[in-house]
Amino acid sequence: MSWDYSGNEKWTWDQIPLGAMTLDGGTATGHKTGDWRVQRPIWDTEKCKQCLICWMHCPDSSIKVAEQKMCGIDYEHCKGCGVCVVACPFGALSMISENDARELDEKEVQ
Amino acid sequence: MANIKQLSELPQRLSPGHSMCGGCGATIAVRQVLMGAGKTPVVCGAATGCLEVSTTTFPFTSWEGGFIHSTFESAAATMSGVEAAFRGLKRAGKIPADKKIKFVAFGGDGGTYDIGLQALSGALERGHDFLYVCYDNGAYMNTGIQRSGATPYSAWTTTSEVGNAVPGKRHFEKDLTSIVAAHHIPYAAQASISNWNDLVTKATKAMDIDGPTFLNVLAPCPRGWRVPFDQAVEIAKLGVATNYWPLYEVENDVWKLTENRRKLPIEDFLQPQGRFRHLFKPGNEHLIKEFQTNVDRHYAYIQARVEGSKVYQQKLEEAGLPLVSDDALAMQSGSKLPFQQ
Amino acid sequence: MAEVTVLAGSGDQMVAEAFRQANPDVLPVYPITPQTIIVEEFDKFVAEGRVHTEFVPVESEHSAMAAAIGASAAGARTVTATASQGLAYMWEQLYVAAGMRLPIVMANANRALSAPINIHGDHSDILGARDSGWIMYFAENAQEAYDDTLMAFRVAEHPDVMLPVATTLDGFITSHALERCELMDDETVAAFVGEYKPEHSLLDTDNPNSYGMFANLGNFYMETKLAQRKAMEKAMPVIKAVGEEWEAISGRPFDVVKTFGTEDAERVIVVMGSSTGNCRAVAKTLREVGEKVGVVSLRVFRPFPAEELAAALKNAKAIAVMDRAETVGGEGGPLWQEVSACLHAAGNTAPVRDYMYGLGGADVTLELINDIFSDLKTLEADKAAGTVPAVTYKGNR
Repeated sequence: MSWDYSGNEKWTWDQIPLGAMTLDGGTATGHKTGDWRVQRPIWDTEKCKQCLICWMHCPDSSIKVAEQKMCGIDYEHCKGCGVCVVACPFGALSMISENDARELDEKEVQ
Repeated sequence: MANIKQLSELPQRLSPGHSMCGGCGATIAVRQVLMGAGKTPVVCGAATGCLEVSTTTFPFTSWEGGFIHSTFESAAATMSGVEAAFRGLKRAGKIPADKKIKFVAFGGDGGTYDIGLQALSGALERGHDFLYVCYDNGAYMNTGIQRSGATPYSAWTTTSEVGNAVPGKRHFEKDLTSIVAAHHIPYAAQASISNWNDLVTKATKAMDIDGPTFLNVLAPCPRGWRVPFDQAVEIAKLGVATNYWPLYEVENDVWKLTENRRKLPIEDFLQPQGRFRHLFKPGNEHLIKEFQTNVDRHYAYIQARVEGSKVYQQKLEEAGLPLVSDDALAMQSGSKLPFQQ
Repeated sequence: MAEVTVLAGSGDQMVAEAFRQANPDVLPVYPITPQTIIVEEFDKFVAEGRVHTEFVPVESEHSAMAAAIGASAAGARTVTATASQGLAYMWEQLYVAAGMRLPIVMANANRALSAPINIHGDHSDILGARDSGWIMYFAENAQEAYDDTLMAFRVAEHPDVMLPVATTLDGFITSHALERCELMDDETVAAFVGEYKPEHSLLDTDNPNSYGMFANLGNFYMETKLAQRKAMEKAMPVIKAVGEEWEAISGRPFDVVKTFGTEDAERVIVVMGSSTGNCRAVAKTLREVGEKVGVVSLRVFRPFPAEELAAALKNAKAIAVMDRAETVGGEGGPLWQEVSACLHAAGNTAPVRDYMYGLGGADVTLELINDIFSDLKTLEADKAAGTVPAVTYKGNR
């Protein structure tokens, strides 16, 4: 992505691209919708059979895939809707509360 | 068609970071549809609606390729202008003659069944080389769940309120896919986000065709349907399994059911949805019966079109007529035909 | 060397010729009287292969402008034409074209709006769209319609401007009547109009853009509107420079505000479009018998040529504005409003009277104009006596 739109909150009228178009595609990745989450999907790599059904159904393009395999969840954007958990035929995804998840994260850091 | 693992290697067309509700069926539809483009560049458009506003909040666009929106009722017309430019600029030698782009316009049911129907009809008749996708969630969800021509019979919406005098929507939904099919375009189909294989196959087919093509995709809105946010795919699955949403395609006027396995009672589709809660109060069984009757009648209608298509093909064969004429195809794609004035 | 063909042409035909010479990439259009000849003539050029244009015969004017928006965003030189109900039908799209800064050129054959339905010339349609963000030219005759249309491409596509342009011609009087016209040769026009080289295009798939964004947050909307206003301001010097350039080639003078007798005129009529000639003819007759009268005609309405108009009216003692579009319930017609605001800002306190004329193609006779000049003799006293209505209808029964 080449278009630098940082600081756009302060842009004056003459800094906005013509007709308020964007000068690149996919700039929404800069919008971190992971903040919306109240529940978090957790991926169990043991149970995962790499069928990619979760990836196919994620409304937020937040199942990370590389070389035909799931390799994680994009928590910066995942809204925690749980569609992937329902879709998974192998019980490899489950939901936990975002608060609990954050506490766990902090413990890990410590 | 590629398998799911191969599909996972295609370029991402819709980036995360959009503001659609969590669990929205529309973005699932967009992602699956755009897998049909393979690796060819895609330029998309959208009618005003949830998808449009939520994926294009300046400066955040989720569209990885080019994207355009003008107004609510003009997704098809706007895209027809883009496609016309592609032809005109090629003819002028301003872009290479061999450049390939797929054009895809998205509209919700409000923007397609209702306010955008004229523009869609015109664009189909003019033969533009583009795919129009209706992501059908059965109401004007962007403005807060108002009834559209796609809202099911008896459903609650904020403009088909349920009260002592009126039991939800009083009218049956418009049969948009049949209306589109009546334009005799090369390809029109009905698909659902729950049947990804069928959907991606149809999208691939549609985008490979030179000429106007159409997909009507069942894309549930958990908020408007009053189901939990993780249920979009599951409820769509029930829509298909109860024949509420038959999966079929119409290719050069030949109708074909592409999924014809299960048949569950309509209650299985209605019961989980809050918008149909009033149907399950004692004394309202007749409404469910009427719903079921209409679903069965419509399914019989589709089956009859499938049967009729066999007769049609037989008649063509007897008369020695082709299913598609080469001249018509050439004319459509703008090629020069031998012609004496 | 420029070569000129003299022909008997209608305004519509001359616009079609201008379109042909500009060789647009896309022309989406829907037929409506009195614009139809433009569509018909242009489609002949398409059928004969004289243009490379993709002709898109859409199913409505709304879709005509939608397709024009799509085509222009895709980097195509895009033109269309409409009139009356058609312009009204594409109304919301006009704002989109301007807000997205798309240099679409559109000819409008100015016509009355229903009801009652009426196919004849007035300015109800185009002046209803005065706030849509389009640059607007008003042609007095078929020749000006041709010249304006050619100049429009240069103005619209100028990097400092990037705004849509409407070149307008009065229905039937200008669109259909045959006049002596000069058609410049194709090569000279092609060199003048030049090739459109867009900075961005939807079809540039290596550098993707999203057009028609949602600017709901962060005040991007207000800033985008300010940018449009600034572009309109920048358009005026471009309009003049392009006009001068075309004047040098064609030999026809170009002024955003045309004046007649205003150096010494005490009584002046302000008018736009096809009635200008009649006003000038009456003024000429009156001046021959020593009456100090003059005529001011706006060739460009957007951006509003306030400075030029104020200068043209600085010696006037009484001013009549001839409005050919109603603003029912308003204090005066649209042209009167603009002229009054302009005079007020310039500190000019000369009395101004608003006349409504020619609605639905009602006759604009020399007598009618004579009456207006005559009224102006006592305008100051009449105003003081309180006998001047907000709007004075002329030419009605």
